[in-house]
Amino acid sequence: MVVAGMDLGAKAIKVVILSEKGVSAKVKLFPDLDMAQSARKALEEALVQSGTELHELKRIVATGTGRSAAPGKPALVTEPLADAKGIIALLPLTRTVIDVGAEEGRGVKITPQGEVVDFAVNEKCAAGSGAFMESMARSLELKIEDFGEISLKATQAVPMNAQCTVFAESEVVSLIHANTPKSDISRAVHDATASRIAAMTRRVGIEKEVALIGGVAYNPGFVEALKRTLSLETLLIPDHPDFIGALGAALIAYEQAVN
Amino acid sequence: MILDFPQLISQWETLPVHVFTAHEKGEILTIGAGTASGAVSGAIQGTASGAVTEHWKWPEQSNVDLSMDWKKAARITAGIDVGSVSSQAVVLLDGKLYAWSSVRTGSSSPDSALKALNQALKNTDLTLEKIPYVVGTGYGRVNVPFAKKTITEIACHARGANYMGGGTIRTILDMGGQDCKAIHCDEKGKVTNFLMNDKCAAGTGRGMEVLADLLRIPIQEIGPLSLKVEEEPPPVSSVCVVFAKTEAIGLLKSGWPVEKVLASYCLAMAERVTALLNRIGVEKDFFITGGIAKNIGVVKRIERILGISALNSALDSQIAGALGAALFANALLEKEERGKS
Repeated sequence: MVVAGMDLGAKAIKVVILSEKGVSAKVKLFPDLDMAQSARKALEEALVQSGTELHELKRIVATGTGRSAAPGKPALVTEPLADAKGIIALLPLTRTVIDVGAEEGRGVKITPQGEVVDFAVNEKCAAGSGAFMESMARSLELKIEDFGEISLKATQAVPMNAQCTVFAESEVVSLIHANTPKSDISRAVHDATASRIAAMTRRVGIEKEVALIGGVAYNPGFVEALKRTLSLETLLIPDHPDFIGALGAALIAYEQAVN
Repeated sequence: MILDFPQLISQWETLPVHVFTAHEKGEILTIGAGTASGAVSGAIQGTASGAVTEHWKWPEQSNVDLSMDWKKAARITAGIDVGSVSSQAVVLLDGKLYAWSSVRTGSSSPDSALKALNQALKNTDLTLEKIPYVVGTGYGRVNVPFAKKTITEIACHARGANYMGGGTIRTILDMGGQDCKAIHCDEKGKVTNFLMNDKCAAGTGRGMEVLADLLRIPIQEIGPLSLKVEEEPPPVSSVCVVFAKTEAIGLLKSGWPVEKVLASYCLAMAERVTALLNRIGVEKDFFITGGIAKNIGVVKRIERILGISALNSALDSQIAGALGAALFANALLEKEERGKS
């Protein structure tokens, strides 16, 4: 039995194809403005990768901000539900999952069975999101993939006052003009983002183990900053952290198809 | 119950990720998703931010009243407002407006202050040495080296608005480059209460500049263009400037004409600042200062939401802070003189 999980995020669509034999496709697609067409294309590509025909697909479950645009009359689930299911399957010790995506940050408290106890979300403001990090990396003229590594070379903690992404850009430029090393500015940006995320997650209560998912989990500088802010010795990070929502959706699809 | 199916997640670590963009047919990368997403997002951002002309900046301006003669004045005073985006200088002769300017703030506040003053005095033979009292205000006020005193921009805006619009003004909305303030004042222009937003770019001039830059439309044309819609569209739903920018791109690509996007954006900004105003309450008369007072698209919408009109002034709304500072300088100088005699 083959099922699909789709996560239609602000920046990328992720698709996971599952069967009893395991995961057979992981596809990520950067959509254009036609979300529905992009989502259809993403699903088609995933079916090609897994060698599955459309009619073999028993069920599709979609999550993410753009989930209503998913093809094939899918069942829809919220992001916290999908995150919880996905992370508990990979890292069963997780009780708090922090998801930092392109335009949203989320803290979700979960049970050992992968059920959602409580969650907090920021989707109103770019501070504490991947968009903030990208904007700062651009101001510093650094590649986003190098940004985290560079922050780890910081020698001092420079305070950053601005929360707003737009104002933080100006502040970064002022720091550059004041000859502050890029590594120190990078660390300040990572610390500021981590403290926003930590404050949001504390609202639901932080219980160990804590896992980090979403695209920002690839950034080692952010991982260190978050560990520092939350005073954690270990922060669990699954393989392919940006696909956890899609995996969760696929697992929910499988459960629903079985019953 | 998913834990009953451990085989479902077999191959999770090893199976490669395939990454595509909707624009291209082909697959762009098949390696780790982390690096791929970074490279792609970088490329998309790169094309979006290549502006050459700086549409977002207000043109620099200056004016001098040549019917007045500074040599005959008993008291010459100046006010300098070093803002985050623009700086203004105002020169008064015996408490009456003589010359003013509005220039862009550079990376150095002292230089910007001097530039503003020189610009105001460029068509006169009056020089800084002959001005005995200068007051500095604005976010860069501590860096005006030739200022005798610094006064907050809130006090200065209220004082300036009182001069520009008269003693009946009780509520002032100052929409600056990086902040927005709602101020209550008495008949003498003395501040009685205020609220400000300086944490978030939404509802500030910076938000409008981001839009001007995105659409490549000169900032002074945004207001009039935004009023050219037959029917008012709903406001952009995002509060955050970063998200609103993305939303504006989406609306344009989906076929909205530019005027409609501008109308939607101006309305969102008007709603945002009226929320701040309503927290302290709006008492008549109402006056707007700062760069956004020159954006008729935002002003008209604020007036419609509040159900009252803002008082007009023949003077440029951006000089209110510097004018207030110069008026304080005049009063302080007068007091000094009285002390001596």
